[in-house]
Amino acid sequence: MSGDSAASSPGRTGASTGRPVGRGPGGSRWGRFFEGGLLQGGVQGSPVLRLFMRWVRRPLLPVMRLWRRNIQLKVVATTLLMSLGVVLLLGFVVIGQVRNGLLDAKVKASQSQATGGFASAKQKADTAFTANGDDGADDRANQNVSSWMGDLVESLSSGGQGAFDVVTLPAVGDDSGGRGSRASGGVDPTTSVPEDLRERVDSDSSMAAQKYTRIQYTNGDESQPALIIGKQVDDPNDDPYQLYYLFPLTQEEKSLSLVKGTLATAGLFVVVLLGAIAWLVVRQVVTPVRMAAGIAERLSAGRLQERMKVTGEDDIARLGEAFNKMAQNLQLKIQQLEDLSRMQRRFVSDVSHELRTPLTTVRMAADVIHDAREDFDPVTARSAELLADQLDRFESLLADLLEISRFDAGAAALEAEPIDLREVVQRVVSGAAPLAERKGTRIQVLGDQQPVVAEADARRVERVLRNLVVNAVEHGEGKDVVVKLASAGGAVAVAVRDYGVGLKPGEATRVFSRFWRADPARARTTGGTGLGLSIALEDARLHGGWLQAWGEPGGGSQFRLTLPRTADEPLRGSPIPLEPKDSRRNRGLNDAGLPRGAGDGEKRATVPVQTAGEQAPARAPLAPRLNAAPPTADPTALPGNGARVVPRPTGGARPADDGAADAPSQGDPSGDAPTPEAPAPDARNAGSEDRSKQGEASRGR
Amino acid sequence: MMSFMKGRVLVVDDDTALAEMLGIVLRGEGFEPSFVADGDKALAAFRESKPDLVLLDLMLPGRDGIEVCRLIRAESGVPIVMLTAKSDTVDVVVGLESGADDYIVKPFKPKELVARIRARLRRSEEPAPEQLAIGDLVIDVAGHSVKREGQSIALTPLEFDLLVALARKPWQVFTREVLLEQVWGYRHAADTRLVNVHVQRLRSKVEKDPERPEIVVTVRGVGYKAGPS
Repeated sequence: MSGDSAASSPGRTGASTGRPVGRGPGGSRWGRFFEGGLLQGGVQGSPVLRLFMRWVRRPLLPVMRLWRRNIQLKVVATTLLMSLGVVLLLGFVVIGQVRNGLLDAKVKASQSQATGGFASAKQKADTAFTANGDDGADDRANQNVSSWMGDLVESLSSGGQGAFDVVTLPAVGDDSGGRGSRASGGVDPTTSVPEDLRERVDSDSSMAAQKYTRIQYTNGDESQPALIIGKQVDDPNDDPYQLYYLFPLTQEEKSLSLVKGTLATAGLFVVVLLGAIAWLVVRQVVTPVRMAAGIAERLSAGRLQERMKVTGEDDIARLGEAFNKMAQNLQLKIQQLEDLSRMQRRFVSDVSHELRTPLTTVRMAADVIHDAREDFDPVTARSAELLADQLDRFESLLADLLEISRFDAGAAALEAEPIDLREVVQRVVSGAAPLAERKGTRIQVLGDQQPVVAEADARRVERVLRNLVVNAVEHGEGKDVVVKLASAGGAVAVAVRDYGVGLKPGEATRVFSRFWRADPARARTTGGTGLGLSIALEDARLHGGWLQAWGEPGGGSQFRLTLPRTADEPLRGSPIPLEPKDSRRNRGLNDAGLPRGAGDGEKRATVPVQTAGEQAPARAPLAPRLNAAPPTADPTALPGNGARVVPRPTGGARPADDGAADAPSQGDPSGDAPTPEAPAPDARNAGSEDRSKQGEASRGR
Repeated sequence: MMSFMKGRVLVVDDDTALAEMLGIVLRGEGFEPSFVADGDKALAAFRESKPDLVLLDLMLPGRDGIEVCRLIRAESGVPIVMLTAKSDTVDVVVGLESGADDYIVKPFKPKELVARIRARLRRSEEPAPEQLAIGDLVIDVAGHSVKREGQSIALTPLEFDLLVALARKPWQVFTREVLLEQVWGYRHAADTRLVNVHVQRLRSKVEKDPERPEIVVTVRGVGYKAGPS
């Protein structure tokens, strides 16, 4: 049986290899073997030994794995081993009993036979003595005794009809040749009777002595097990000699071996049958368990309709029923949650849509009124203007809400095709031109010498970039806005840099939160919905890209959109460093825009944003950038040092920034790899806190 | 107000307030609106009023807008502009595939609506005797007919415009944005699905094998161009 071999072969190995290492007593060796500890490298011996262990272990590893993972194999193997032990023990006991029973009977019969024989020998000696008289010469007497003994052996052995043989031996120390040894039935008298028995017989002439031994034959027959009973008897001359009765145990031996054979056969059958039974029984239990495991796996993989087959009413069936009930409840709950969330999403979507029809009417009415406002008195005219403006805002808010709900519902679909980001940027920049003009901002585009092509959804990318550019213009305080394009490796990136108020520490992730307001003190100039960057982030995510922000208080900010060049390709890095080269830190300046020197670590968080923006040389941030308008497509031309000036919040709340800023070379993608997913949940929470604190804030991104 | 004939607009919308507002705006712009609120009556109203353009709300009691659109398109090539509250892909694409020429998402500005309507009606205001060839097709621009080997092919005005735009400059590759501007009259970039859907519709009519187009050829990553003559 396979279980047997599987268990025993590693067992041997474990035992033999365990010895040289000398770990622990033998008893725990098995335990360690079963846990796989020994074979899995508890060996700290020489390299040779280790090599040997590895060599031994390698072919065994699959077996070990099977052993660890297969409860059926374990149970069957254990059952086999234990039943084998029981059968062996039982066999020994039974065989011992049978042997004792057989021999006891034989010994009793033999003893009575021998006793009778000894008596008759004595009697014969007495009668021969009387018959001989006492006038015989010694020689003749010896002659006579010799032949008498031959006769005695003959007569004694003839009574047994082959059931025993008789041997006479001279007494120990008697070397008179005439009374040499005699034996019946071709028995070799001297080798058959062991020396120690002879000595015992000699030492105590009154008692018979017995011993189990083997009879040797002179005629070349095979030796046989036998019981020898001997006694010292006197011959007609009153000289002692030793008379032995040899009872062959052939019959008993045969019976015993028959019993042994029978027992062995029966034992083997029992072991094999027990193994088979164990296999069957375990299978009955294991099969449903395995089925349950498989179905649980499929359940967890999302196939909620999977159920166990239940037959009967036993424990296994109860397991199945309980399992199915669990699965059903699970399915029900998930279904409920899904329904609920679908209903909610539908509700949001429906509300938005239902709002649209009346809003359309209102919108048109407002426009008609707005167009006719010259005919109204000033108050009504202004009211008409406000009405139209706020309707615009209301509309974009509704649109953004709908867009967000679409993302939340997972209903947003990417329609990616190869687009040249330069065209998108061009459209966005020209679209933002009127706003930039009003703000007195110049929008520069860098890195548009060669095509920057990526598989992307033009509509979404344009929306993201429009958002970034409009934000940059809006918060750029009239300073330049730089849009930088680059492509390298498998990624393309667009970074939008402004030199406005920038971002306070920790804001770089929070800007993406819904309805987050940066600075309640700042007046809103154009109506943002507070959802723009959230939607932009979702758009970037939909592309498998990143949208990240960097900023320093008073030093402006940079938003970077990184997209994979081909859809579905994971991003590993961005061609543009998140922290721009002309950041204060990279130029070695402190937060106030002065050369870094005196420690201003504590103060930098409290540097008033306004002061930094106005009093610090207003065009200062621009100078280095203009000097070194770089070929931005080459990422290695954009070094970053490891220094830090911009204070960071504790606990890496801005992992996106840190990762990018600390990467010394942007060519190395691994240093610059945090996905925007990581900070997003935090940001969302932080955002909601902020929202509650700054509820009626005016500035939104 | 260019001509009495060119200003009739049928408004199919169940929201009376919106319909009334639309009426005010359209009349203000010199159109002559008529109204129907029920999808089931839309076709009858269409036959009766013979409008130059249909403004069609997608969500209607009775027959829904898609169905109405299909029915009207089955018997006329008159421009249809859908009004929809949903700009989701499926809705719009289904509407366009059922024969609408353009769509406008609620809420819209009156000017936007009027611009769309004008753009759809503009075509008939510029008749120019012109003969074009594209592939094995012969296009009579003034006569508004397309013929392959003498067999005329029925196209809607929009499809005809699309084909003419491509055929006038067979050397040029048109991006979807350019086509949106030239054919639909969008000044800003809009939904390029409009172009995709109508190119498909056009192909299904003029191509011998729409799977392997020879008249309207896709230039991958850029847009479309006319096939070689």
